[in-house]
Amino acid sequence: MSDDAAGERRSAPAGQPPAPPRAAGKISGPAPARRGFFRSPVLWPIAGILLLVVVNLLRDPTFLKVTIFERHFFGVPIDLLNHSAPIMVLALGMTLVIATGGIDLSVGSLVAITGAVAAMAMARGVESLPLIVAAALGCGALAGAINGVLVAYAGVQPIVATLIFMVAGRGIAQSLTGGNVILIKHPAFEFLGNGFFLALPFSALLAAALYGVAQLGLRRTAGRLFIEAVGDNPVASRFAGVPAARTTCLVYIVSGICAGIAGVLVASNIRTADPLQAGQNMELDAIFAVVVGGTALTGGRFLLSGSFVGALLLQTLTVTMLFVGVKPEVATVPKALLILLVCLLQSERTRGWLRGLFARRAPA
Amino acid sequence: MIARWQRHLTLVATAFVLAVLYTTAALLYPGFFSAGVLANLLTDNAALGIAAVGLTLVIFSGGIDLSVGAVVGFTSIFTATLVQQHGFHPATAAVLALLIGAALGATMGAIIHFFRQPPFLITLAGMFFMRGCAFWITTEQLPFDHPFFLKASAFAVPLGKTFSLPATALALLAVLVIGSVLAHLTRFGRNLLALGGSEQSALLMGLPIGPTKIGAYAVNGVCAAIAGVVATLYTGAGNASLGLGLELDAIAVVVIGGTLLTGGRGHMFGTLLGVLIFGTIQSALLFDGRLNSAWVRIVVGALLLAFILLQRFLVRGLRRR
Amino acid sequence: MSDQPLLTMRGIGKRFPGVVALDGVDFAVRAGEIHALLGENGAGKSTLIKVLTGVHEPDAGEVRLDGKLIRPASPKEAERAGISTVYQEVNLIPSLSVAENIALGRQPGKFGFLHWPALRRHAREALARLEIACDVDAELGTLSVALQQMVAIARALDLNARLLVLDEPTASLDEKEIAELFAIMRRLRGQGMGVVFVTHFLEQVYAVTDRITVLRNGALVGEYPTAELPRLQLVAKMLGRDLAETAAQAEAAHAVHAAASPLLVARGLERKGAIRALDLEARRGEVTGLAGLLGSGRTETARVLFGIDRRDGGTIALRGREVRLHSPHEAIAHGMAFSSEDRKVEGILPNLSVRENLIVALQAKRGGWRALRREEQEKLCGHYIAALRIKTADAEVPVKNLSGGNQQKVLLARWLATQPELIILDEPTRGIDVGAKAEIEQIVAKLRADGVAVIFISSEIEEIVRNSSRVVVLRERRKAGEFSGADINTPRLMQAMAGGHARHE
Repeated sequence: MSDDAAGERRSAPAGQPPAPPRAAGKISGPAPARRGFFRSPVLWPIAGILLLVVVNLLRDPTFLKVTIFERHFFGVPIDLLNHSAPIMVLALGMTLVIATGGIDLSVGSLVAITGAVAAMAMARGVESLPLIVAAALGCGALAGAINGVLVAYAGVQPIVATLIFMVAGRGIAQSLTGGNVILIKHPAFEFLGNGFFLALPFSALLAAALYGVAQLGLRRTAGRLFIEAVGDNPVASRFAGVPAARTTCLVYIVSGICAGIAGVLVASNIRTADPLQAGQNMELDAIFAVVVGGTALTGGRFLLSGSFVGALLLQTLTVTMLFVGVKPEVATVPKALLILLVCLLQSERTRGWLRGLFARRAPA
Repeated sequence: MIARWQRHLTLVATAFVLAVLYTTAALLYPGFFSAGVLANLLTDNAALGIAAVGLTLVIFSGGIDLSVGAVVGFTSIFTATLVQQHGFHPATAAVLALLIGAALGATMGAIIHFFRQPPFLITLAGMFFMRGCAFWITTEQLPFDHPFFLKASAFAVPLGKTFSLPATALALLAVLVIGSVLAHLTRFGRNLLALGGSEQSALLMGLPIGPTKIGAYAVNGVCAAIAGVVATLYTGAGNASLGLGLELDAIAVVVIGGTLLTGGRGHMFGTLLGVLIFGTIQSALLFDGRLNSAWVRIVVGALLLAFILLQRFLVRGLRRR
Repeated sequence: MSDQPLLTMRGIGKRFPGVVALDGVDFAVRAGEIHALLGENGAGKSTLIKVLTGVHEPDAGEVRLDGKLIRPASPKEAERAGISTVYQEVNLIPSLSVAENIALGRQPGKFGFLHWPALRRHAREALARLEIACDVDAELGTLSVALQQMVAIARALDLNARLLVLDEPTASLDEKEIAELFAIMRRLRGQGMGVVFVTHFLEQVYAVTDRITVLRNGALVGEYPTAELPRLQLVAKMLGRDLAETAAQAEAAHAVHAAASPLLVARGLERKGAIRALDLEARRGEVTGLAGLLGSGRTETARVLFGIDRRDGGTIALRGREVRLHSPHEAIAHGMAFSSEDRKVEGILPNLSVRENLIVALQAKRGGWRALRREEQEKLCGHYIAALRIKTADAEVPVKNLSGGNQQKVLLARWLATQPELIILDEPTRGIDVGAKAEIEQIVAKLRADGVAVIFISSEIEEIVRNSSRVVVLRERRKAGEFSGADINTPRLMQAMAGGHARHE
């Protein structure tokens, strides 16, 4: 059956001797200490951000300068926050999907679709902001539900299932807008991606608020437990009565809704719905943010704060490249190298080597 | 013999879809059923088809490679720069590009194999890397005016009075033939399928897992680079943004061609059919003129969904017996 | 049979971290014989096979084939030396054709190119040699498991094998298929080949083998000609019980509450390839022991009861009302609990904390929308950590860092927290130390006293005898007997497990 096939692929090769080094290595770290702040995996991306900020300050001491103009804050850090908001929101949904051992490749395309839906609603004369936003989010949720059903109930591999929307999504967005880039003129809608609230960019505040709500919601409900259980050991969680399929499906729906929010923010920020360019490569940025933030692609434990900081790190990297004079198109090179570094550092083999290195040095 | 027929059920389904699509288009649009249109299917989708051949091999092994589109862009701008600004012969530049493609593929394959990393993530990094490098060279378009290049892009084998097969279509056919031989008549190809079918079993059967896997990614890198050369021949200029999103189309083509995206099952011939289906949809929408190009992606997406579900249930059905 | 054995393994020892898997085991197979290798879980059968086939390297001892010292370092080297293996799970590629599966890794042809006609002919010949009728172009995955198994044998014998190891090849075959497999084994024996046959089914041992080697706890118990070893004695040797001694053992009191109402009644349970026409009852305040050798259908029964596997026939009634359970979730909602025998794969959530592992079933039972209050969680953890004496630094430690026994207790606590009316314990004491075992048995006794219906599955017969109020014995996927009260004693249970004609010696 489907679950078995997925399990087989994920689990360590059967019939092999139990892998002692892995087990031994994990036991060796004193577990309680890991919960201390200084051991937190979030420290790594934070350190990365600080490093980039220092580099920028050395080049331009006014990098962090924030001025107040017309009762709003202005400056590079503010722009940075504003621009990382969509990725932050996407990374939120992506974190949950990855925690269940899945992946959602469709969110970039969904950003384009939902942006187009919002724009078309406005073009058709819908004035009410809640209605416009609801239409966009509803579309995201629907697409997420399709992904979720394919993964959780039809047993299609997550990469494969979400690939469908990744391929078809831009076509759908294009056909919604008739292939045009739609300009948006709707002050309330434009506020979402450009406005300021309490002198701070609204989009960044919204992203932060969503993280807060998610964090709280996952604690109030058994969401975090179920998601982590499914990602950690799908068979055992099903046997323990966890509604594994439902949990998996819900997570994709949440990811779709997050894509809807990000789509609204992007469309609002640039005041256009661009079916081709909007959300381009955003699914990749979101995945990177999650991985850099310390959530393993294998599923299980997840770290929302890590993804938040990871998204910030990615945007800081992009801004830094811009400041250093690297063309934005080329800025993908350091991104690629960063993700490679994180992957290699997380791999068992590298960890084994590093452990070996330290073990040999320790007695000396 | 019945068994052999049964094994290629998805291939039959693909052929059926192609036949239906093509017949419908031919009935709807006068002039669609002509050798010229058929030849154009090959010419217009040569780069896509070549990339899909390489990707088919990787997908056989249960992997995936998202970097092919970026390699196409890199190859295009890289060869253009070498030829136009550094005085290289186009052939030398092309060979260098193929070597870079092979090296990138082998590196990614090695990381995937030795560090047990998910192929999708590593090749994603590869995609970012190559696309960035391409733009690093230049973001400008760079038209070719080297005589050899012009001769190559004008080269065509006349077939009949009204149409001919240009170099790009010939390259596609050549790569398809080589790819088919590699996949179906060599040990390497069968090992790939075995690996994709069950890595654990392949290991116990004593197959060379590492070299096979790395080889697949290297061959795919070469194919992507060839696709880059062909795309450049087709457009006549070096362009770093060539092949944007090509990897997705290529994956779709492979899956529609009946190859299982989880690996272990498929046929190179299906990939040819997949390219033709993709091309037919594209040309038909062009002929029609009422629907915009966006519908290509939508129809392809729908076909993708249909084929994935079909495979899912076929596999389940077969296993149950 | 020649006197010179084909294969001799002498003094084989193998240690894994924390476990001695094999301790000085001798094993010999003669040419032209079918040799059964028997033992219960943890006896060391599979480790011995893995040493023989080059998967593990032995820490001590030597392996000789035809008198020549060999040290296979990989399955491939073992094959080259003449030792071929067919595993329980068919280790072939289901999506490739039969011909390819037989040829993979050694396809005919030059320079890496294949010679397809030769490849097919080769496969046809290999199958013909075993008189297997099968289309070489068929996709392997579409064949029955039995045919796949035979293709695997054909592949294994394609090389000039001297010794064929069959590791539980019959586990998922039906009777006709088994007969076909036996025919092939006898044919190979006739050709002078040595066959090592690992199985759990005693009928099959007596049907086809010439000689038996029994292992227990990683040590050799002995080697016997099959014809000279009565079935009951064989079971005694496998389980490590001396018959005379066990017969004399005083039986523990087994209070059977005559008035106890049946909580669960299963009638005629069927599942293809798992259980046949099984009747089972579980009563409140009783421990129903489910005994039987490995592969007799104990775990399969539990899985069907708990809604993990669908049943093909029969009825299950809970509290007098018929129920159809489609998932563990539903079973839990009905007040059931199931602690799986496979702690690693089906039990623990390794990276999650003791607390999370402990509360997950209760949380699932209550539904996911309202998390249990943190204080409530901690109270539960505190209670069960103390009550079951779970040794852990605190409740936030990842459960994978605990010892096997403590992990098992956490899993028990997980189910106790749901306050089940019926709990199925599948091998709750496997792989844990003696102290923890005793503690778990105490918990079982307490559950019974509290009026919970317990279904207790164990391959340790003494444990069944000690803990059960009633015992259902399974043999070869069927019910082989039911015992209660004073009838529950080791010899009777063993007799039922062994089956065949009762031999009272």
